Amino acid sequence: MLGTGITVWAAFQDFGKYNIVIALAIATIKATLVVLYFMHARYSPKRTQLVIVCSVFWLAIMLALTLSDYNTRPREGRLASAHTCYQA
Amino acid sequence: MHRTGELYGHFETLEQQKESAALGMWIFLVTEVLFFGGLFLTYTINRHAFSTAFGIGSNTLDITLGAGNTVVLIMSSLTMAMAVWSAQVGKKKLVSIFLIATLALGTVFLGVKAVEYKQKFDHHLVPGRSFDMKYHPTHPMPGDDLKELALEKEEVDKAFAQDPDINAHGQLYFSLYFGMTGLHALHMIIGAGLLLWLIKGSFAGRFTPQYNTPVEIVGLYWHFVDIVWIFLFPLLYLIDRHR
Repeated sequence: MLGTGITVWAAFQDFGKYNIVIALAIATIKATLVVLYFMHARYSPKRTQLVIVCSVFWLAIMLALTLSDYNTRPREGRLASAHTCYQA
Repeated sequence: MHRTGELYGHFETLEQQKESAALGMWIFLVTEVLFFGGLFLTYTINRHAFSTAFGIGSNTLDITLGAGNTVVLIMSSLTMAMAVWSAQVGKKKLVSIFLIATLALGTVFLGVKAVEYKQKFDHHLVPGRSFDMKYHPTHPMPGDDLKELALEKEEVDKAFAQDPDINAHGQLYFSLYFGMTGLHALHMIIGAGLLLWLIKGSFAGRFTPQYNTPVEIVGLYWHFVDIVWIFLFPLLYLIDRHR
């Protein structure tokens, strides 16, 4: 609950381009608490904890590789060219 | 058989049997993480490419309804966890009460979502032929705050100046909005169905300290759906609010 209040409050502050980082950080902390305590991850066997860590790891791979692809494409004008494609 | 929690088949202990059920659900949730993760990724890339349109789109969402829904969902996760606890300590009546509370809160969430969707439909913000970001500021509806509407019109006009294709890029934002919240709502509806099944079982007194696996498993699923919303809310509703 407290977390949601902080999230909304933080959104109305101006941290410049770190706004999104802070919003995501707060969301991640909230999610971690839910996973650990509501979902009893803290009291699970190691096997289960490994599976949970793996899911985060695989998600990270998907995000990191895809974003690094788009981030290193040439920019056209002011819009990032998500629609730039390269001939094989 | 497994409906009564007796040891069966290839399991050596009851503990192992129970753990493997939970592990199965966790593995399914891993696939769900990647499922929603793909959509979050799409959102990220498009938001980076079309930040003006996304900012304007986000400002049309009602933050009170969104934050309220977040609180409702987190509370439903709490009642769900209480239901699991009640089953573990053998308070059978509490199990039913907490499951019904969870279902009620989930229904409230879905109701608010329906209200929001209707709003979007009325404001011509559903992607398609009648999509028009300029529609609402120029067509006040009953119940609108005219001063806020004027501010909104200013913002929309400024945005159009920055990015003349806003109606096209705005549709991207709303496609993602409806897609992601719609998928989330579908998961909630499935969760509601599971809860109904659990409630039926709890009335029959099925869940005891020795056997409460179904409650625990559905609890895991419900918490996961909550987590997805915890991430959805700031990303969809809280872009650029400081402007």
